Amino acid sequence: MIVDGSESSLKSFLSGLPGVDQVGAEARAAMLATRSIKTTSKNWAIDTAISMVDLTTLEGADTPGKIKALCSKAVRPDPTDPSVPSVGAVCVYNDMVNIARTHLDSIGGQYIPVAAVSTAFPSGRASLAVKKQDTQDALDNGAGEIDMVIDRGAFLSGHLGQVFDEIVMIKELCGERAHLKVIFETGELVTYDNVRKASYLAMLAGADFIKTSTGKISPAATAPVVLVMLEAVRDYFGMTGKRIGVKPAGGIRNTKDAIKQLVLVNETAGPEWLNPGLFRIGASALLNDLLMQRMKMRDGYYASPTYVTLD
Amino acid sequence: MTNFEYAPALESTAILDIASQYGLFINGKFVDPKTAQYFPTINPANEQLISQVAFAGETDVDDAVKAARNAYEKSWSKLSAAERGKYLFRIARILQERAREFAVLETLDNGKPIRESRDVDVPLAAAHFFYHAGWSDKLKYSGLGNDPKPHGVVGQIIPWNFPLLMLAWKVAPALATGNTVVLKPAETTPMTALLFAEVCQQADLPAGVINIVTGDGSTGSFLVNHPDVDKIAFTGSTGVGKAIARAVSGTKKSVTLELGGKAANIVFEDAAIDETVEGIVNGIFFNQGHVCCAGSRLLIQENIQDEVLEKLKRRMASIRVGDPLDKNTDLGAINSAEQLSRITELSASGDLEGAHRWSPQCDLPAAGFWYPPTIFTGVTQAHRIAREEIFGPVLSVLTFRTPQEAIEKANNTPYGLSAGIWSEKGSRILWASQQLRAGVIWANTFNKFDPASPFGGYKESGWGREGGRHGLSAYLKGEK
Repeated sequence: MIVDGSESSLKSFLSGLPGVDQVGAEARAAMLATRSIKTTSKNWAIDTAISMVDLTTLEGADTPGKIKALCSKAVRPDPTDPSVPSVGAVCVYNDMVNIARTHLDSIGGQYIPVAAVSTAFPSGRASLAVKKQDTQDALDNGAGEIDMVIDRGAFLSGHLGQVFDEIVMIKELCGERAHLKVIFETGELVTYDNVRKASYLAMLAGADFIKTSTGKISPAATAPVVLVMLEAVRDYFGMTGKRIGVKPAGGIRNTKDAIKQLVLVNETAGPEWLNPGLFRIGASALLNDLLMQRMKMRDGYYASPTYVTLD
Repeated sequence: MTNFEYAPALESTAILDIASQYGLFINGKFVDPKTAQYFPTINPANEQLISQVAFAGETDVDDAVKAARNAYEKSWSKLSAAERGKYLFRIARILQERAREFAVLETLDNGKPIRESRDVDVPLAAAHFFYHAGWSDKLKYSGLGNDPKPHGVVGQIIPWNFPLLMLAWKVAPALATGNTVVLKPAETTPMTALLFAEVCQQADLPAGVINIVTGDGSTGSFLVNHPDVDKIAFTGSTGVGKAIARAVSGTKKSVTLELGGKAANIVFEDAAIDETVEGIVNGIFFNQGHVCCAGSRLLIQENIQDEVLEKLKRRMASIRVGDPLDKNTDLGAINSAEQLSRITELSASGDLEGAHRWSPQCDLPAAGFWYPPTIFTGVTQAHRIAREEIFGPVLSVLTFRTPQEAIEKANNTPYGLSAGIWSEKGSRILWASQQLRAGVIWANTFNKFDPASPFGGYKESGWGREGGRHGLSAYLKGEK
């Protein structure tokens, strides 16, 4: 037992973590961004990235039609090429979970989990009862993954125990039924020290994945933020023998950025993390760019964007 | 493919146009050496011939000094300072325009990774010319008197670890302050200096302002001992530096020396560990450890030793050793067989004296000169590898118990070029930096260079400073 969940034990553990030097972390992330990924390794990286995409739509304008289109795309990202892998999951609001689950099951996508954003996403500003009900609804409708937001207000005002308890409660609801991803909204936590503290806090409270952002706030999944989170899961594995996943979300829009993320994973947490069980990328526009680049690698020229499907 | 193995991503050498033979650059032209001798320069990553370069003897050096004297008296000193500055700006721009060419050639001749020549050596070299171009017409505001004067003809001898960058550190301030130059590049790395000669022609620099004489130690010695050279600037080993100091004593020549080092990189218990590990790696494995200011002595507070070493070893296992032209290579080739044997010999003394060697598993290429990234733990102040400059990818790890002990150990060396401090505590950084006897002190970073920042050593690490306002004084006679 690293912490007993009390405010004081959390405070003493988290403040005992080494700091993050901002300049050094940014320099390391920038250096890794210079890696040149070509030919066979680029092919591998594109397919791996596709299999890691949590294909996401989180709009007020989402409709059953939109969700069904997204699910079809998730199963067969490129209808002309069956060798393209399916994505890692589809990620929707909780009232769309049932539609997504039913549609995926009806088109051969039983193996693709539906992730539901939860706990008063994106702000996290609601009572605990509402947050629990939000999660329960999603689970009842067939969500295989819960993407909860932490209470940033509680975190920033130093009420770490409150943040911890909420994660523990949501994790209890998830039980064996669903994987729990914990969203920090790093753009609101601002400092890398906070990102590191939040990472350990979530892992200690039972998160299966730690996730950067909601996609509603900028900056989101910047390379140094992901670097700090990858260091945290790597070191947590060293402490406990348990591998926690990482999900950058928000701002990863093209293949180059996605490959940079994979390089970060490869050279920070290590190749063990390079699979959809431990690394996901929350995105929507990214998938089509990956498909375009895949066609380019296959055919030797860029196809017109009309050759990739809308979702 | 199940792992993320990076496929080779080679920088093309097609951009280069390398002649089979190079003469000496004297009075604005490439001329045949009077010695009629040439020597090969090879690619240390595969031992293949790059080109043959002229060997300058005493008469050749004399011709170069005469050309420099003539240019100083007839053209360079007659120019207005602002006009002089324009030539430096022009050279800086051409270096940027031809950056890729310089980077590829530097990597071929030196063995350093293309990532470093592309991202560090060449951009910094251009930055030095830009910075000093700006000083040319502002010297009276440099704090060196109302009308500081150049020395005249400057003899400059540069090392093989940063061939173009060290050229820029020497040539840019010399030209900005109105001196003319005879430059002797290192024997194993003459190529980018010869390409720089082409840049001088392209920039229409008046003939004789820069003269480049290739050769070995004897060529350098002719230059040092030439009676018409007013100033010597040298970067290289402490042994040669001492010989130069003896040679010029009792003459009118002024001297600046930038010599060896055995920098302490001090890690306090409150350091940001992950970034510290990056800094340790950058401190000793940057440029294969061929860096005079390398952080070659790691001093770790004993209570965090295990954690730091575990993370350091894991990080070292991800260092990519191999073809320097591959854009993903982190550690390139050792510059020469001679240097490789020195690294091998000193490392063997570490084994012999009871330190514990560790290197990650890495496959070294068959041809060329290679040494794996290596650390020695259990090193004490009495070990040779804690005292002598290895100038290779070999780190000696020592421990300390208190901040006072760290400073005592750090200062217990005849060198004093640089030092590193790793701590999240500002007051500790300020305190330690006041105690350390070293010319350059980095806090929570390492091996950072900027033309505006003076660089140079205490004790046997050298005389004088290069870069910044302080560096100008080496090339000016004024009220100092």
